[in-house]
Amino acid sequence: MALLVDKYRPRSLETLTYHADLSERLRSLAQSGDFPHLLVYGPSGAGKKTRIVTTLRELYGPGVEKIKIDSRIFQTTSNRKLEFNIVSSVYHLEITPSDVGNFDRVVVQDLLKEVAQTQQVDQAARQRFKVVVINEADHLSRDAQAALRRTMEKYSPNLRLILLANSTANIIAPIRSRTLLVRVAAPTHDDICKVLQKVGKAEGWAEAEGLNRRIARDSGRNLRRALLMFESVHAQNETVTDKTPIPPPDWEALIAQIADDIMIEHTPAQILIVRAKLYDLLSHCIPPSTILKTLTFKLIPKIDDALKGDVIKWSAFYEHRIRTGSVSSWMPGRGMWS
Amino acid sequence: MASFFSNKDRAAAAAAAANGATSSKTVAPRENQALQPWVEKYRPRTLKDVTAQDHTTTVLQRTLQASNLPHMLFYGPPGTGKTSTILALAKELFGPEMFKSRVLELNASDERGISIVREKVKDFARMQLSNPPPHYKDRHPCPPYKIIILDEADSMTQDAQSALRRTMETYSKITRFCLICNYVTRIIDPLASRCSKFRFKTLDQGNAKKRLEHIAQTENAKLEEGAVDTLIKCSEGDLRKAITFLQSAARLVGAVKVSQAKTNGHSKKKVIEDDDDDPMDIDGGDSSMVTIRSIEEIAGVIPMSIVSGLVQAMQPKARGVVYEAVAERVTDMIADGWSATQVVTQLYQEIIFNDTISNKQKGKIVMIFSEVDKRLVDGADEHLTVLDLILRISSILAES
Repeated sequence: MALLVDKYRPRSLETLTYHADLSERLRSLAQSGDFPHLLVYGPSGAGKKTRIVTTLRELYGPGVEKIKIDSRIFQTTSNRKLEFNIVSSVYHLEITPSDVGNFDRVVVQDLLKEVAQTQQVDQAARQRFKVVVINEADHLSRDAQAALRRTMEKYSPNLRLILLANSTANIIAPIRSRTLLVRVAAPTHDDICKVLQKVGKAEGWAEAEGLNRRIARDSGRNLRRALLMFESVHAQNETVTDKTPIPPPDWEALIAQIADDIMIEHTPAQILIVRAKLYDLLSHCIPPSTILKTLTFKLIPKIDDALKGDVIKWSAFYEHRIRTGSVSSWMPGRGMWS
Repeated sequence: MASFFSNKDRAAAAAAAANGATSSKTVAPRENQALQPWVEKYRPRTLKDVTAQDHTTTVLQRTLQASNLPHMLFYGPPGTGKTSTILALAKELFGPEMFKSRVLELNASDERGISIVREKVKDFARMQLSNPPPHYKDRHPCPPYKIIILDEADSMTQDAQSALRRTMETYSKITRFCLICNYVTRIIDPLASRCSKFRFKTLDQGNAKKRLEHIAQTENAKLEEGAVDTLIKCSEGDLRKAITFLQSAARLVGAVKVSQAKTNGHSKKKVIEDDDDDPMDIDGGDSSMVTIRSIEEIAGVIPMSIVSGLVQAMQPKARGVVYEAVAERVTDMIADGWSATQVVTQLYQEIIFNDTISNKQKGKIVMIFSEVDKRLVDGADEHLTVLDLILRISSILAES
């Protein structure tokens, strides 16, 4: 049985529920014949990927849904072999270059050129170009992005790129000036409620308006998360009412506990306890920046107003450290707060 | 031949020849052209078409006549016409037939490590010149050297750049180099000192405006009053960006018309519905107008109301109250997907031109801006960073 998220994923532009103007715009772009390079950005769970898949369908027809996965081997200049997975249909390719870390430049150069230099052979194809979808474009290295620049211009008759990113901050300006920026905002609480209602009805579950509302609030306007929460609530309880508790994920519960621990007592011994729990989280592969962010927002309601600014300041500071340096460097920060 | 040194005559001769011989050939590319991005379509064909870089183009025009060229280094912000200029120059110098054998264009999408510099570039530089076919010289000057264009040279490694040094000198009899980059500081000194430098300045309003209006006219895109100014403002002197925005905006309005005509039957009702909640796409009866709002939306500019709301929220009050108000707005803004860099840029504009803030405070605030910008570029979490920025600004505002 498929998860609700996949089961009810919209397949065509018409069935997308929110951002009607955006869907309309994508449709008009797809039908106009000269499709531009796109840079789609927005928070996670806002429906970027779904929108792109439906747009591709609008462009090429149902053929894009027949996908296969190949594994390709690339060779770097230093003769290292890289294995790289490509999801592709006859009309499009989907790649996640950040999979190969620092060597993403090689993949981008080789693969895109190869695609760009071959023409569409199928006369019946609706478009003359192929689309390459690049996931996590904001994790592309500078070199890889630089490599994209001229490729985008030179091979534009045969190739269109769709870049997916969470933010445009890491995309270099030359790329931004070559693409059409499409912002996908997160759904509002009402939008999420509507979707939950619809899915609930399709599954034949009893409706609980208040519960939907709480899920929408707790999900942080992330539709994917909302749907997963919705499903787990219904899986754990036979009958749901407005007051059914929503079980938080284990790691979130643990972080809430850590926040409490920090507030109880400010002693070296307490730091050791907190530290043990943090390492526990880390060893379960929870990304450190997620831990830090969640912890910060769990702490905020518990502390004095005067301290809030400082807490945010240090958490932003250490979050930056995490990105640039080692994982545990923010441990001392915890001590400073307490 | 008397007209040999005059470019005009030569161009006229070329056109005359082309008309006779290749009229059948021009049909095929024309079809392709409709689907080309306007940036490519309106890339200047000759040096004269290059907008705004008067200083550079006059110097280069002269080299056209003198048939000698120094090594060149073009630098300047993106979208100012660096690549266009050198391509236009090369085309004018060599014409279509000799272009392939005389010009080597390498950019960051090609592998450009030290081995390539040693092999490909050196081999090309070393190659003897081929003779142009007879009478070809009447149309194009075909000076006795080849041009190697190294686009985006600032992404070349130090080693590769050093490997170029001697190559540039050894083969200078038959080869000229043209390096193009955004940041001249990334080019190592020995290379920079071998080239004559041309700085490409950001386009001034007048020129960019003329160009955009010309394109809009040729493409039959109607622009709303002031739309061009908005385009220029949003693109910050980057003409390529401005043209891309213009094309996307025009596509939106143009394409809507097409889809309306095509699907008149079943989805007409739908289109009208969309009309109501999204007036910026189709403006009532006058459907093919590019509006200011649609351009701003494409450019990702945050509506003024959101930014000023944020500024309102961070005015000094009791500390905790500031936090609640700010946190709520920031959370909403991030969830709406506005990019943090855009937030930072627009907030910066707002604060710098605010006269109620003293200079000393502004100095401190700018320090914070620079730090935050660095963090965002490093890929720090947007939510925390923006929140931090605003809380710190608000605490500085509260100091006085």
